[in-house]
Amino acid sequence: MIGKESTAGRATKFTFLGLWLVFTVFPLYWITITSLKAPGDIFAFPIAYWPEHFSLENYSGLFGKADFGVYLTNSLIVATVAAAIATVISMLSAYVLARFEFRTKSALLMAALVTQMIPTFIALGPLYLLMTDLKMVDNRLGLILVYIAVCIPFCTVMLRGFFENIPDALEEAAMIDGLSRFGALFRVLLPVMRPGIIAAFIFNFVNCWNELFLSVTLMNSDSNKTVPTALNGFISSFNIDWGSMSAAAVLTILPTMVLFAFASRHIVQGLTAGAVKG
Amino acid sequence: MPTASETTSTTQTAKTASAGASGNGGARPVRKVQPGRRKPEFTARRGFLITLFMTPAAIFVAVFTYYPMIAGSQMAFRHWNLTDLTDTSWVGLQNFRDVFADPAWGTVLSNTAIWVFGSIVPQLVIGFALALWLRRRFRFRGLYQALIFFPWAISGFLIGILFRWMFNSEFGVVNDLLQKVGLIDEPVAWLADPKTAMFAVVVANIWYGVTFFTIMILAALQSIPEELYEASALDGAGKVRTLFQITIPYIRVTLALTVLLRIIWIFNFPDLIFGMTGGGPNNETHIVTTWMIKITQQGDYGRASALGLIVVATLLVFAVFFLLATREKREVKP
Repeated sequence: MIGKESTAGRATKFTFLGLWLVFTVFPLYWITITSLKAPGDIFAFPIAYWPEHFSLENYSGLFGKADFGVYLTNSLIVATVAAAIATVISMLSAYVLARFEFRTKSALLMAALVTQMIPTFIALGPLYLLMTDLKMVDNRLGLILVYIAVCIPFCTVMLRGFFENIPDALEEAAMIDGLSRFGALFRVLLPVMRPGIIAAFIFNFVNCWNELFLSVTLMNSDSNKTVPTALNGFISSFNIDWGSMSAAAVLTILPTMVLFAFASRHIVQGLTAGAVKG
Repeated sequence: MPTASETTSTTQTAKTASAGASGNGGARPVRKVQPGRRKPEFTARRGFLITLFMTPAAIFVAVFTYYPMIAGSQMAFRHWNLTDLTDTSWVGLQNFRDVFADPAWGTVLSNTAIWVFGSIVPQLVIGFALALWLRRRFRFRGLYQALIFFPWAISGFLIGILFRWMFNSEFGVVNDLLQKVGLIDEPVAWLADPKTAMFAVVVANIWYGVTFFTIMILAALQSIPEELYEASALDGAGKVRTLFQITIPYIRVTLALTVLLRIIWIFNFPDLIFGMTGGGPNNETHIVTTWMIKITQQGDYGRASALGLIVVATLLVFAVFFLLATREKREVKP
């Protein structure tokens, strides 16, 4: 390991790490605690850092009057399907971009970078009209198609990094052993790529799960809303119902957080290979 | 300096760097082409495979990203207002003039600068420190890492809401804690005063964005060969010297690309402010992209598109300059 650590150095390090941990975790703790207070206690003085009694009222309200279960289901379907399809499509393009040299390659990579610079709002109007023509406004399939397109550029660059880290010799050997290029790709390369594929999928999933503006524009009926759209609905009124809001926030954060907890190692690897935006 | 072939992990940085660099359309480090590797295939079959594999991605991005963007761009040169759709005539640069003539434009620009640089500098510094410290093994490191990565799983919009609740002037936990510690005497109306509101949104963004730097830098650090540190220790180099002469030069490529992408991304990130202040109080926390949302909501698609084009153009110019400025260094890299 690197050098030796002095006692003072260690003290600084662990103080800093500790403070940062508190700063990171506290907002999450706070929103959770708020969601578990009885609605009246949320605005009680002095502020309770540990509520006297816990209540699930905020949560039951969410499912009782607001159909939050429907929104969660919609988000789950849209994010899972879009993330899975985007991962598969990106895998193909990433493979080509990593393994071949061709004339339009740098233009394609540049086009991927430019997508990151486009503000969503410039495209919303025409996209809405396009989806109207395709009869896919307020339709989960329509949102899935749009999300696939949103995920592809980043996912391609990320997976390309992964492919480049795998020696060409691996496929060559497989092809010499009689497999076709497709065979080598699917039977030899993909199993090796598994951590990268998992990271890419989680990434796409989190992006789709969290996306707000496209979903607000394209999904208007209550039965088709996704979670972020529903949350946006909560704040559009002048007064925010902080009890329901915090419960909704916890339910929204939880799934992606569980994914992150299980896959944080894959994600570090995934980003090392793919160096792009978040 | 060892060459890339000496350790497998070094290859990883070099490759990461080249992947990102070419992705940015800038200088491409010479990619090692193994002779006799790419040639033997039949050109026709190769071309077919490239086309076949690229087509799905190209179609999706062209139809759902580029087409709407280009179609939206032409609105920037038209009178295109939802309040008066009978007239969508060509108005040349009028929308751009309106953007610049807006009295709020100065505030929007300076807020954008505060938002981008006020966020990225602390993110980089804290992210770097965390990465350096997380490099060494210690008990519970895995758990620690998982916990500090969490903010990144949350949407910017929801983070806005979270911090909006904590910075609430009456029931906010921030005021309560600061009063308990004795830093303030009475509750501060954080989100009601433009100065403190801007500070609050930046704090929220730092909370969110440090993770990205930590992950990227940690990943890059893991590729530095241990021998380099051993050699520098033998030479009697201190910690600071080691940091500036070995660590930073070694991961410079990753650092530069991470900073570039983060700047692009923070610039173009209205979600958090949208959830936290909605641009308020009295429009004082708007950045360019939230300003664009506001104008869209008012129905003036022409002017909003003009703003959008300004964003894309600014970021493109910035990216090109940034890549040119860091180009030489990149080629010197081991």
